[in-house]
Amino acid sequence: MEFSSRTRQKHLRLAGDRRELYPHSLQFYLEPPTESISLVEFESFAIDRLRLLKVVENLGVSYVRSTDSYKTKLENELRKLKFPYRALAEDDYEARRKDHISHFILRLAYCQSEDLRRWFLQQEMDLFRYRFSQLTDGLMQKFLEHVNLSFEAVSEDLKTELANELCASTPGLSLPKVKEQMFYKVGLADAVDLFRTRRVFVKDGFAYVPFKEIDAIVLNNYRTKLSKALALTARSLPSIQSDERLQPLLNHLSHSYVGPDYSVQKNTGKISLEQIDSLSVKSFPLCMRQLHKALRDSHHLRHGGRMQYGLFLKGIGLTLEQALEFWKKEFIRGKVDADKFDKGYAYSIRHSYGKEGKRTDYTPYSCMKIIMSNPPSQGDYHGCPFRHSDPELLKQKLQSYKIPPSGITQILELVKGMHYQLACQKYFELTHEVDDIGFSLNHPNQYFTESQRLLSGGREPKKELSTSGNSQQKNNSQESMNLNSTPTSSNTTADTELEGLEAYFTED
Amino acid sequence: MAPFEPAALPELLPVFYRRLFPHGPYGRWLGYGGVVKNYFQLREFSFTLRDDVYVRFQSFSSPQELERELQKINPYKIDIGAVYSHRPNQHNTVRPGAFQPQEKELVFDIDMTDYDDVRTCCSSADICSKCWTLMTIAVRVIDRALTEDLGMRHRLWVYSGRRGVHCWVCDDAVRKWSPALRAATVEYLTLVKGRADTVKKVNLSYPVHPFIRRSVAVVEKYFEEYALVGQDILGSPESWDKVLALVPEEHREALQGEFPRRKDSVQRWEVLRGRMERTRGRGAAPCYADWEIMLQFCFPRLDINVSKGVGHLLKSPFSVHPKTGRISVPLDLQTLDQFDPFAVPTITSLCHELDTAGSDGEQEDVGETEPKRRARDYKRTSLAPYVRVFEQFVEGMESARRGERLRRSDIQGDF
Repeated sequence: MEFSSRTRQKHLRLAGDRRELYPHSLQFYLEPPTESISLVEFESFAIDRLRLLKVVENLGVSYVRSTDSYKTKLENELRKLKFPYRALAEDDYEARRKDHISHFILRLAYCQSEDLRRWFLQQEMDLFRYRFSQLTDGLMQKFLEHVNLSFEAVSEDLKTELANELCASTPGLSLPKVKEQMFYKVGLADAVDLFRTRRVFVKDGFAYVPFKEIDAIVLNNYRTKLSKALALTARSLPSIQSDERLQPLLNHLSHSYVGPDYSVQKNTGKISLEQIDSLSVKSFPLCMRQLHKALRDSHHLRHGGRMQYGLFLKGIGLTLEQALEFWKKEFIRGKVDADKFDKGYAYSIRHSYGKEGKRTDYTPYSCMKIIMSNPPSQGDYHGCPFRHSDPELLKQKLQSYKIPPSGITQILELVKGMHYQLACQKYFELTHEVDDIGFSLNHPNQYFTESQRLLSGGREPKKELSTSGNSQQKNNSQESMNLNSTPTSSNTTADTELEGLEAYFTED
Repeated sequence: MAPFEPAALPELLPVFYRRLFPHGPYGRWLGYGGVVKNYFQLREFSFTLRDDVYVRFQSFSSPQELERELQKINPYKIDIGAVYSHRPNQHNTVRPGAFQPQEKELVFDIDMTDYDDVRTCCSSADICSKCWTLMTIAVRVIDRALTEDLGMRHRLWVYSGRRGVHCWVCDDAVRKWSPALRAATVEYLTLVKGRADTVKKVNLSYPVHPFIRRSVAVVEKYFEEYALVGQDILGSPESWDKVLALVPEEHREALQGEFPRRKDSVQRWEVLRGRMERTRGRGAAPCYADWEIMLQFCFPRLDINVSKGVGHLLKSPFSVHPKTGRISVPLDLQTLDQFDPFAVPTITSLCHELDTAGSDGEQEDVGETEPKRRARDYKRTSLAPYVRVFEQFVEGMESARRGERLRRSDIQGDF
């Protein structure tokens, strides 16, 4: 008999050996992966899952979850990103493995704060809910047995005795239906929602749940387990954060922007300074329009505003010379004399173009970065207006920009739900008079590019194109997968293996 | 007998904590048989001292230490909090975020002021023997649900000292319940919904859940005496208009016409009830307005915030009420219907009783130790029966624990 040590098992990577790990396309993610994976795979799995969860979030806000459009779109995304999408698929091993590993990687990134945990939990639950609903009855039964959620079935005799009570307690179940359906005795903690709303019969500390409500129970169970697991992983935070292999990757994953970084200016020099005023009204996202207006009005912007707006302008194609001219002209009108400008502000502009100091060519800020870091204070105009402005003031501003009242209401609703980028998408739709923005907004420069494309007739405005969403994604995967200014450790090679991460997921 | 004067508390409290407070059974209760290590040491207590000084996160290494501290500090009021992850009195030494409440009894607080919209005899802090029935009904309704529906065994009902009742559910499993499950329980037990300006607060539809049906059955037993005779809710056109506002339009007019022809609330109610029952017998469009009225006037109103949080503090049994001087005594469910909140001993009356008992010249055993004598002091006062109820409650839990141990050792074959 072979005594295989744990280390040896970890290195076994013949695909056939591991298939038994994933008997179902769905899982509760109870056991962390124990294999070693390469840094490249680690990163790409994580990014793909993050993309998936963001789509889950967007779809959840834009569509009712049980509708066909929701289901189709989600299935498309799952298929595209190579996650398990069909419950019956037999040769799903690679997808299931990716599903397993990517979930655990994101746990490391998203356990770090209450907000992150809440977001991750919500999206994972929605994803699970969809995948569970796709199972056939037979597969569902098998899955429940697999995760030890086979609740005690109520005997026929007991059911007959309680028939009237069961019928009166369970909405939608007439007496004949009660007789034909299976009922299960479920502990109150597992059936919280049904218990709370009095939609089940409750006796002696148990809820009597009909088979058709079992998915709510399973979902609840999943939520509880994942919530606990996240809290547990959070306790390993100090060691996670000091792990040199992970720290640069995870640090930005939860704040990451997973698209083009607009540092490569393909349209450099194609914008003239005279155009900026009109462009700010037509094609700038609200944050940049606001910054531009503030600059024109007060002939000055503070540091946060200069960075956010300055880098944006670089991203839309302003050359260094144009930028210097632009800022200088404006600041001089604000009583900054030319000398002072050249000595101070000019240096800083050259710096952000990578021409000074350590010559880092700074990349324009993504929406995520603008929303989540460096909130504006009194006298600042940077940040995301949907996130940082007082809703009343935001409303007035939108009114002054002639946005129709119904549109303003929709925007404010999204803001209330904390969907800032979706609010900006709505702003795009209203200012460009299209029904569907056609892409997922993640970056102010993306807003600008798409707007220009639309206005120059490069795209069909009124039809909802799923392909334009796809092409955006293709762009993302073809371009470098650089997380915003993420330095990967110069010591690691692409083949470096990551081992021993499962310690972060287990209780000692 | 002298009435209670809050100003006298500094003198009375030392006597209370030395000779009246039932430290023995109290410690046995909160020790929970010593099954879980350090359970008592991790429990938070909070004290209200004179001049409204309030101190939280008190904890003690043993019931004996608690007793000594109570006798030293003589707090005006004692609150019981949760069992924490670390000793509450050391919570400042713990990494922020690591100090968390772990377990606590499931508690309910029913307060008479929440019924102001349906009481005509009193309002806000006042209570009288007429409206006290509402508390009786509340205890009966909730207790039935806790035992029959939720399978809970160890419940302690306590008079709050002024205008309400508390319930402490002490089952092992329940003490571990999450805030979500506690909140869900309150929702399950809630039928009266709405703010001050909502007219109709109870709305039932077919089919009616067994919980509601069984609760109505309990309320029915008290309704005539309480609402029809005591509160006389159908006694005059003004009062019956308020009730008829809860009845659907199609029935209102007929009842408006019929009511003046009857002589009292009891008869008028019979008309209303009969009419509703007939709609239910007919099968089509059943109307539950009679049940809805009964529930709106009598069904318990719980404060979800008290029950939801694991860390929430609640007044301890046998604590003194600083405004009324009454002791928060346990309720005997067997004699619940005869309970009179105005007959509950106050700290003044108890101390007076002690003085009288002492001066009766009862021969004290010379050899008897001081603590033993003190322990029997409360027995000479009207506090005795209440302590007996408390002891029975604690003994109930202890016997259940013994039974569980026996069962486990039988299974494991340990002898």
